[in-house]
Amino acid sequence: MDKKLYSVAATFGNADDIILATGKIASAGYTNYDVNTPYPIHGMDDAMRLKPSKIGYFTITFGLTGTALILWLMYWVTTTDYPQVIGGKPFFALPAFIPITFEATVLLAAVGSALSLFIYFFKFPNNSHPLHDTEYMKSCSSDKYGIYVEAKDPLFDEVRIKALMHECGAENVYDVNYEEDFLTAKFEIFDKKFIGALIVLAIIVSASTYLHLNKLLYMTPFNWMMDQPKVSAQQKSTFFADGFGMRTPVEGTVARGNMPYAYKGQPDEAGKYLTNPLQNNDKNLALGKAKFLTFCSPCHGNTGMGDSRLNGQFPNGPTLHSDKVTNWPDGNLYHVITEGQNVMPGYFRQVTKDERWAIVLYLRTLQRALNAKEGDLK
Amino acid sequence: MSSKMNNYVRKNLPAGLSKWGFILLGVGLVMAVIAYNNNPLRASFASLIGFMFLLSIGLGSLFLVALEYLAGATWSVPFIRIAEILSTLVIIAPILAIPVLLNMHDMYEWTNKAVVDASHALTQKKAYLDINFFYIRFVSIISLLGLFYYIFTKNSLKQDITGDQKLTTFNVKLSALFMPVFAIGLSLLAIDFMMSLEPKWFSTIYGVYYFAGSFWVAIALITLFAVNFNEKGLLGTGINKDHYYSLGALMFAFTAFWTYIAFSQFMLIWYANLPEETFWFIPRMTGGWGVISIGLIVTHFVVPFFMLIQRPSKTNPSRLKLVATMVLAFHIYDLYWLIYPTYSRIQSVKQNDASLISSPFFGWIEISYIILALGILLTVFSFVGKGKNLIPIGDPKLKRAMDFHL
Ligand code: HEC
Repeated sequence: MDKKLYSVAATFGNADDIILATGKIASAGYTNYDVNTPYPIHGMDDAMRLKPSKIGYFTITFGLTGTALILWLMYWVTTTDYPQVIGGKPFFALPAFIPITFEATVLLAAVGSALSLFIYFFKFPNNSHPLHDTEYMKSCSSDKYGIYVEAKDPLFDEVRIKALMHECGAENVYDVNYEEDFLTAKFEIFDKKFIGALIVLAIIVSASTYLHLNKLLYMTPFNWMMDQPKVSAQQKSTFFADGFGMRTPVEGTVARGNMPYAYKGQPDEAGKYLTNPLQNNDKNLALGKAKFLTFCSPCHGNTGMGDSRLNGQFPNGPTLHSDKVTNWPDGNLYHVITEGQNVMPGYFRQVTKDERWAIVLYLRTLQRALNAKEGDLK
Repeated sequence: MSSKMNNYVRKNLPAGLSKWGFILLGVGLVMAVIAYNNNPLRASFASLIGFMFLLSIGLGSLFLVALEYLAGATWSVPFIRIAEILSTLVIIAPILAIPVLLNMHDMYEWTNKAVVDASHALTQKKAYLDINFFYIRFVSIISLLGLFYYIFTKNSLKQDITGDQKLTTFNVKLSALFMPVFAIGLSLLAIDFMMSLEPKWFSTIYGVYYFAGSFWVAIALITLFAVNFNEKGLLGTGINKDHYYSLGALMFAFTAFWTYIAFSQFMLIWYANLPEETFWFIPRMTGGWGVISIGLIVTHFVVPFFMLIQRPSKTNPSRLKLVATMVLAFHIYDLYWLIYPTYSRIQSVKQNDASLISSPFFGWIEISYIILALGILLTVFSFVGKGKNLIPIGDPKLKRAMDFHL
């Protein structure tokens, strides 16, 4: 195979010489050259006339992307996807999010810089370079300071460069060659052995993590939430003299929204004195419909025709379109819903006062719908 | 053994320094006296800003001096003399505390026995918030720090002549002793003069907050002087880009540090939402003070942060001078934000108008004391710096420091 000259390289014994040599190469107008040293050298940037690195632009772009993404995520989660009041703070509680925003910014900036370093600046996944495995590179990675000028440099002149290197005190001067097909060669990163090693590693890590967390470091889950030092329903109390955990309301008091029903066992009085306090509007009708379908329709049917879905497992609720019910005043209907009638149970526990009146409204509408008159069409 | 630098030629300070110092001092003094006659209480509050401003420059500079010894830093040696001169302010600043001391009774409600007796919290703090103990703390802290200042600078000046390295060794030991005294002293001064304006309020991070601002403003001022002097060739063979970069980076770092501390203080109080802590922030978050608070974030953080974030901006002398000047103004802004809401509260009680508590007061009275403080600053610098070498020519680290490279 044909060898081609890649570059002329030289090594120096100390940092001052390499800076001097670099300065000369730079001022001679060469552009395709680079320096290899075992550690970073002060003043090298100036000697090489490097412009400030562009990595900062990647860092700020990734950083601000992190800021924007995390703010958007927290905004979306706390206000749209899963709004929850935490500590009485607004849903989008900006001060509480600042630390996270800061961390996400730093994280993305750091990871982004590292990745762009590899991908943009180091041209990853390309992992080959003509300098690899050369004598020159070996001495540069131990104790020598090296510089090389590529053959593709427009001003490249082997003799002149070598003279210049010697003049600056080079210890060794090398010709770095590479094979003709080197440039077109494919270097496998997804080598079988490599992938195999990765898989084995993954299995070992997951298995040991699993064992660690589930066996070695296993802790019984805490159930403090269940064992609270409070009295739950039906439990004995050691605090009250009578030993009852569940208390009856203090005598002569009425719990909020629990006005006692004034016409217990008096359907006629209820019919006489009670009037529907609700307005006949869409909202109340919709409420009445919902409650009727939930609580009444199983026995009385969806339209109150008495076509129960219970199929005789319970005495069928009668039709609610009988003359009797149609002619009842609202108070009577309300009374039946509240207290029940014979086998029909009362619904005051499940259905609030307003909801009961809403059902009455809806029932009236159902009755009217079955007995529509000419005038209703208007 | 002597390692004196022999090629340094001492030059006079720029003439403008003392000229402007005198002008500002004269104008400031006249205005301040008129202001004090006009409205003693308000003038005392304004004077408190001036006092805390000069004090923070002095403390921050003294801290840099001690830090350099303690850490064995080389990069800051070429302008440590500037820091030494500025740290004179530790003993000069208390002049501006005089109006405050004269009006303690109206400014600090803990000096009022009736108020203290009526409040359980204040009764508990009686032992500390005691007027005699207050004076004792003030005098002893200032004189202790003054003593350190005296020894540090005396040794440093002596070294200019003798080049004796033992002086450095001594100052290194002294600086180790100085640090705890400084930390406690600075915190107590901040607590006594500013935090106790609202005696029922407390924040354990308050001292650090004041320190963050102090070091920030001190570094800014040192940068301002160092860059200016260097451009005029007053710093010997001159300082280089890497010195500039380090100054800029430190200023940048303390921009972020102040923000971190200020935000920590705010967020913990905001999150815990305890009435005995939040009452300090609530007036600052409403009305006119709310606007000032947003302004504080913008000025104290956003503007300097983004002006310094790029690498070239930290080595660009005109950018450094611009930011440093802004930092001076923004630090005064910060002190105003810390101190003046109490004046608003006092006014709202006096005039029986609850809305005043969130309205900031700012006018010629405040400006006159700021002018006075700047006048004192420049005059002190030109007086103390007169006839001195502006770089410590006897310092054994000086040669390395002039060649400093990152
Ligand atoms: C468990 C089945 C059941 C449910 C649920 C039920 N009812 Fe009844 N309802 C009955 C039965 C059975 C009767 C007949 C009772 C009797 O024999 O007097 C009845 C009677 C009535 C009557 C009196 C009819 C008459 O002719 O005397 C009215 C009005 C009524 N129900 C309305 C309602 C309303 C409104 C609801 C919804 C809140 C409801 N019911 C829920 C079973 C039910």
